[in-house]
Amino acid sequence: MDTRKKILEVKDLKISFKTDGGTVKAIRGVNLALHQGETIAIVGESGSGKSVTTKAIMGILAGNGSIDGGQILYRWTDENSGEEKEVDLVKVDESFMQKEIRGRKIAMVFQDPMTSLNPTMTIGNQIMEPMIHHYGISKDEAYKKAVELLDLVGITDPERRMPTYPHQHSGGMRQRVVIAIALACDPYVMICDEPTTALDVTIQAKFLELVQDIQKKKNLSVIYITHDLGVVAKVADYVNVMYAGKIVETGTIDEIFYDPRHPYTWGLLSAMPDLDTDDDELYTIPGTPPNLAHEVKGDAFAPRNQFALNIDLRVEPPMFDVEGSETHKVASWLMHPKAPKIEMPKELKHRLEKMKEAAK
Amino acid sequence: MAQEPILVVKDLKQYFKVSRSFTVKAVDGISFDIMPGETYGLVGESGSGKSTTGRSIIRLYKPTAGQITFNGKDISGKMSKESIKELRTHMQMIFQDPMACLNPRKKVVDIIGEGLDIHHAYSSMEERNEKVYQMLELVGLSREFATRYPHQFSGGQRQRIGIARALIMNPDLIIADEAISALDVSIQAQVVNLMKKIQKEMGVAILFIAHDLSMVKYISDRIGVLHLGHLVEAGTSDEIFANPIHPYTKSLLSAIPHPNPRVEKTRKSFTYDKKAEGIDYTVGTQHFVSDTHYVLATDEEFEKWTK
Ligand SMILES: Nc1ncnc2c1ncn2[C@@H]1O[C@H](COP(=O)(O)OP(=O)(O)OP(=O)(O)O)[C@@H](O)[C@H]1O
Ligand SMILES: Nc1ncnc2c1ncn2[C@@H]1O[C@H](COP(=O)(O)OP(=O)(O)OP(=O)(O)O)[C@@H](O)[C@H]1O
Ligand SMILES: [Mg+2]
Ligand SMILES: [Mg+2]
Repeated sequence: MDTRKKILEVKDLKISFKTDGGTVKAIRGVNLALHQGETIAIVGESGSGKSVTTKAIMGILAGNGSIDGGQILYRWTDENSGEEKEVDLVKVDESFMQKEIRGRKIAMVFQDPMTSLNPTMTIGNQIMEPMIHHYGISKDEAYKKAVELLDLVGITDPERRMPTYPHQHSGGMRQRVVIAIALACDPYVMICDEPTTALDVTIQAKFLELVQDIQKKKNLSVIYITHDLGVVAKVADYVNVMYAGKIVETGTIDEIFYDPRHPYTWGLLSAMPDLDTDDDELYTIPGTPPNLAHEVKGDAFAPRNQFALNIDLRVEPPMFDVEGSETHKVASWLMHPKAPKIEMPKELKHRLEKMKEAAK
Repeated sequence: MAQEPILVVKDLKQYFKVSRSFTVKAVDGISFDIMPGETYGLVGESGSGKSTTGRSIIRLYKPTAGQITFNGKDISGKMSKESIKELRTHMQMIFQDPMACLNPRKKVVDIIGEGLDIHHAYSSMEERNEKVYQMLELVGLSREFATRYPHQFSGGQRQRIGIARALIMNPDLIIADEAISALDVSIQAQVVNLMKKIQKEMGVAILFIAHDLSMVKYISDRIGVLHLGHLVEAGTSDEIFANPIHPYTKSLLSAIPHPNPRVEKTRKSFTYDKKAEGIDYTVGTQHFVSDTHYVLATDEEFEKWTK
């Protein structure tokens, strides 16, 4: 019955950075799974490790970073022999990453578009180059495809834009150029790190629908990192909630949005602005995230968690299965069978009820 | 309300010549004003001229035409280096692309303290650094981050460095260009609460440019809707959201995603096609719906849209 194929799997990944202020343990045992044709979202606190995790998948960690443990398994079917293959991206060398994986099998749209564009190269050449490099197609062909791609991502007058430079474009246009580059090589996996922050809502909707379209046609698998829970609601099949270098809750989109269990997820959903908000102050999660240059004891969220149990301050919680679900898992001692029954805050409960009501 | 606006923009035009035959009219004759302590939201699709408007106001460009008056002084004509420097103490911009505007070779403490350095706004190094640390904490970053370089931060952390750098100067006007878009909702809320608090205490005015309309609605007193370099509609926050008149504004509002999966997965937004509707922004004039609310339209269009 289960025909889902796991294309990418991150297992117990650990990453640290050396800085003047000591070693920062940014990723502390992350697990993720992406199935073919499906879409997962990673949401969570700013600085929790979303970008670092995906940069590790692409093999482009900053110079002061190192992978201290774990695996990143990528599986594919060989185009010629039809053989099933698997590699651990943590172990392969840079030339394999560059030739086989990066940009070709796995493409990424970066959070900061200006840093991934070359300021001295026309945007046309930047879209054409990877196609010529990976597939050896002719310049004319690459040109035609580049114009098509620009049009596809909603840039008007694409031919006239081809010879222009990044600084001549607005933030959102640059972001779309980066998206066009990612799509240029027909990847199997696309990682989008805040792909729509610089896009207005209409173009954002267009982009999300474009990706969904490609997914249907080509079975593309997508990882979205975004702070916009509206985007998550629209596209994601599964959601991973990240806090301080770990996944603290994972489940289907419905499980996370309508039945959240981790106190951090409660906080996140409570802070979501909606069009009816007109309170004087917006809800924020109290306190600040831990500085990962220091050792974390127990549950990293405990100091900010009004529901924290004693054990939270001492022992790190394992991933508990939510009863009755094969997909919903939560790293919180509140899920322990012997833990006191604690309900989510009343206001949030009320809000989720309203959401369910609106969905009927 | 005998108060004078802190910023008056009149008929601002900003053109870019890309090649001999191609000139981009990024901003094409817009007018608005901002009162002290007020937040004016500027929304509109990508490429509509929002950042350009901000950049012209803070004089990163010399306006092609039009007047900008700030604190009663004209700042749209020729300006000496000195007066531009002076201008930029009272007006601060938080940039859209944080990485592109933070010097990668400088430590965060020096980036945030830079404005203080330029204007000799302290009596000792300790005083300066202490100010920087306080600012870091205000935007939700640890003071221990002060010795790190910009690339050693996450996107949202970097964005907050930009915010701290602007706030530390105690400006009269802040131009916040997508200043909170890379932040998670809780920290977004924290920064927005902070901006509102600073606003109440010090009366700073904010030009708030953003795509996230629910946040714009929440933070802005008034909103201007920009499309292709023209302000097509402007009004109080409530007027724009409760009673949008221009079809472009309507399409924009209909595209706001709802954080509710079962609703969102089936929702369709409605699209706006300027050509198909036969709208020409250059022939429309301001038609007032109320004292504070107007749309750019011809008489016929106005009648059709308000029916
Ligand atoms: N090169 C580096 N040196 C030191 N610390 C780093 C480096 N790169 C990232 N970090 C730290 O690692 C943590 C995770 O960063 P990451 O960029 O993955 O966050 P994120 O979840 O993507 O956040 P955001 O939503 O703000 O983009 C942060 O605390 C950040 O400061
Ligand atoms: N230096 C420049 N040279 C040429 N064209 C430019 C330049 N700066 C901006 N433009 C053009 O001006 C128009 C408006 O750009 P602007 O950056 O103001 O848009 P925006 O509303 O901020 O969009 P976004 O939401 O995508 O940031 C765009 O068509 C852009 O290509
Ligand atoms: Mg990030
Ligand atoms: Mg912009």
